[in-house]
Amino acid sequence: MSGHVFHPGHDDLHGITVVVTGASGRSYLGRWHEQGNRGVVMKNVAIHDPASAELPLDGWLAKQAKFGIASTEKMYIVPPEEFTEVRLFAG
Amino acid sequence: MAYPEMMVKPMRDEVTQLGVTELRTVAAVDQALSDQHGTALVFVNSVCGCAAGGARPALAKALTAATKKPEHIYTVFAGQDLDATSRARSYFGEYQPSSPSAALLKDGEVVRFIHRHEIEGRSPDQIASELLKAFETYCA
Repeated sequence: MSGHVFHPGHDDLHGITVVVTGASGRSYLGRWHEQGNRGVVMKNVAIHDPASAELPLDGWLAKQAKFGIASTEKMYIVPPEEFTEVRLFAG
Repeated sequence: MAYPEMMVKPMRDEVTQLGVTELRTVAAVDQALSDQHGTALVFVNSVCGCAAGGARPALAKALTAATKKPEHIYTVFAGQDLDATSRARSYFGEYQPSSPSAALLKDGEVVRFIHRHEIEGRSPDQIASELLKAFETYCA
């Protein structure tokens, strides 16, 4: 990351596409908006649920990287108890 | 929600002054991209910060440095020219909407798509490098 924050008042991840890992095993791919009491607010989110996904997580992420994020949620809040870690999508 | 045109015009101008043809209507997009032969770059412009800080400067750097370039270079403005952008995206096949972004087409097929997630947080030089690699690979 360049360290350049385009939106003063937000944290470094604001507007950046990330993968949030959930305690449930689900993964949330989308743009980080903010993290607060409600949890992590994300925008344009695609969700990988290992219980129903056609592809394993790595394959699913590779597909999203190539063809773009097939978001199903305009905005999604990952609750605090679900949030375990975050990593950059682009790496 | 579209932004006031007076606010957006400098963002349009930053791209068109590079010699890029802006497509603002469905008809203009169809004229440019239907039955497309050879190579064409479609730059999807945006008001967001990663367009200002990354994508537009990268496009300028790449077009200045390129020894091989697409035969045609177009731009549409996401969030502003909604119909034209939607139509342009219809030519991108299974690639998801993303802005800013850049699609390099060859004979009507996307051969390289640079998504927003490959732009955000990266320097113009890094993004330009990806564009140049695509130009070198696919353009004559």
